[in-house]
Amino acid sequence: MTDARLPDLGPRPASAESGYDAGSELPTHVGEPIVKVEKLEKYFGSNHVLRGVDLEVRQREAVMIIGRSGSGKTTLLRCINFLEEPTVGWVEVDGVRLQADPLRARSRPHQEKIRQIRLRAGMLFQEFNLFPHMSVLDNCTEAPMRVSGVRRDEAVTRAEGYLDKVGLLEKRDEYPARLSGGQKQRVAIARALCMEPKVLLFDEPTSALDPELIGEVLLVMEDLAHEGTTMIVVTHEMHFAQEAADRVVFMEDGVVIEQGPPEQVLNDPRHEETTHFLRRFLDR
Amino acid sequence: MTVGADSEAIRGAPIVEQIAAARRALTLRFRLTFVFVWLVIILGIGLALAVADAWDWEFAFRSGPIIVLQGAGITLLLSVASIIGATILAVLGAIGRLSSNPVAYAVASFYVSLIRGTPLLVQIYLIYFALPQLGIVLPAIPAGILALSLNYGAYMTEIFRAGIQAVPRGQREAAQALGMPERLYMRRIVLPQAVRIVIPAIGNDFVAMLKDSALVSTITVHETLFLAQRLGRSTFEPVTALLIAALVYWALTIIFSVFQERLERRMARGDQ
Repeated sequence: MTDARLPDLGPRPASAESGYDAGSELPTHVGEPIVKVEKLEKYFGSNHVLRGVDLEVRQREAVMIIGRSGSGKTTLLRCINFLEEPTVGWVEVDGVRLQADPLRARSRPHQEKIRQIRLRAGMLFQEFNLFPHMSVLDNCTEAPMRVSGVRRDEAVTRAEGYLDKVGLLEKRDEYPARLSGGQKQRVAIARALCMEPKVLLFDEPTSALDPELIGEVLLVMEDLAHEGTTMIVVTHEMHFAQEAADRVVFMEDGVVIEQGPPEQVLNDPRHEETTHFLRRFLDR
Repeated sequence: MTVGADSEAIRGAPIVEQIAAARRALTLRFRLTFVFVWLVIILGIGLALAVADAWDWEFAFRSGPIIVLQGAGITLLLSVASIIGATILAVLGAIGRLSSNPVAYAVASFYVSLIRGTPLLVQIYLIYFALPQLGIVLPAIPAGILALSLNYGAYMTEIFRAGIQAVPRGQREAAQALGMPERLYMRRIVLPQAVRIVIPAIGNDFVAMLKDSALVSTITVHETLFLAQRLGRSTFEPVTALLIAALVYWALTIIFSVFQERLERRMARGDQ
């Protein structure tokens, strides 16, 4: 993606870990790696859901993860901020590096590290999960004030800024129950942005929406991507991936099958599984 | 088609009004019958009391106001203080019952098991008569409030536990993803939602508590039943006194049931 708002760091060769073909060039706007997932594995009971995933995401990069349901893409995303404790492997977000430790997952130092990661990685959910007993504004100021210790007036100013960005400033005093699904998800995006995270994780953010409400959410996300927000998006919206992604990652059976720029993965896939998936997807 | 449209145009509006009028008439008849049946029953009871010469107007005028004003006042005080105490205990109990800390879980489970496994009257006696042997002497009213709080707190623990569990899992994940530590999330996100869920049940328990508070008359708390019994005994009019006490409890129950219904309706609206 090229955009006037993004910096141009010039041509640089892509490394093997970057997710682009070695020898090709990185997108000119992406910076240093900010999220690193290494040899990540996850078992649910005896079910081997992630079978060794490596993923590197750079500053200002928009990465879209696609794949059929059950391929492990949502689990991967949830493992990055430890909503699921991975079974094996490492996760690093903005310099906070943490090894999966399922046996001591509840220990205090581990939990504190997890919290440090979560403060750097905002998450959006399929079901929005706004706090229903708080107004839109309070949803946005709660965590900055009580977790980050931001002063109330500053938290309010910040919240109003991000609500304006998602186009819902006039709803600041409404309660979530009065909003449409699309509006709820946009508020959820503003709420996540209020913590000023280094990366946003989107878990199928439009899957629970009525078709006519999907567009407004994707528009906000596209805007964020074009502004250089680092984001990892699990999605079924192929058209959106095509438009907004710097890189598309295709997963199947708990591993990354192939990845690269959207025009490469979506239009000219190299692996049979990807071709298969895309064909079945387009048939529907 | 034209015939149908015509007949609709001619009869459409009137038929809708006819149905509405018929429905109003039915509702009115239902209500009138309701009031009539109540009046018949009350009159019947009054007649039976008159025939048996069980009701004494002189006593009612002389001692009634004391039972109603002082008795109902203490009954209300007991119930309000105890429901507050019980709610606090229930929140702590529910958190304990849901805790992964084995000590907290054990303490909360023991509390619920012990209280639910013994009669309220026995608990009242133990607190008033047995605690002094351990050197803890409580006056009657605090002892009564303590007993009622402990008892209702145990039952309400299970209500609160269900209420906390009824808060969707996504709420926890959203709070965690925002970096909220467990305690903050519990206090700011879960409990406010759980309270909204259990408020109808708390109202229910409050109405029940109004009547169970009569049991603390046995430890000389000057509440409704105690006053009725004492005044009734001293004037040899026990039946009139008990009837007045019954009326006091009934009236309180009706008043608070109406409150509770309104509250529930308002909460239901808020959820939409």
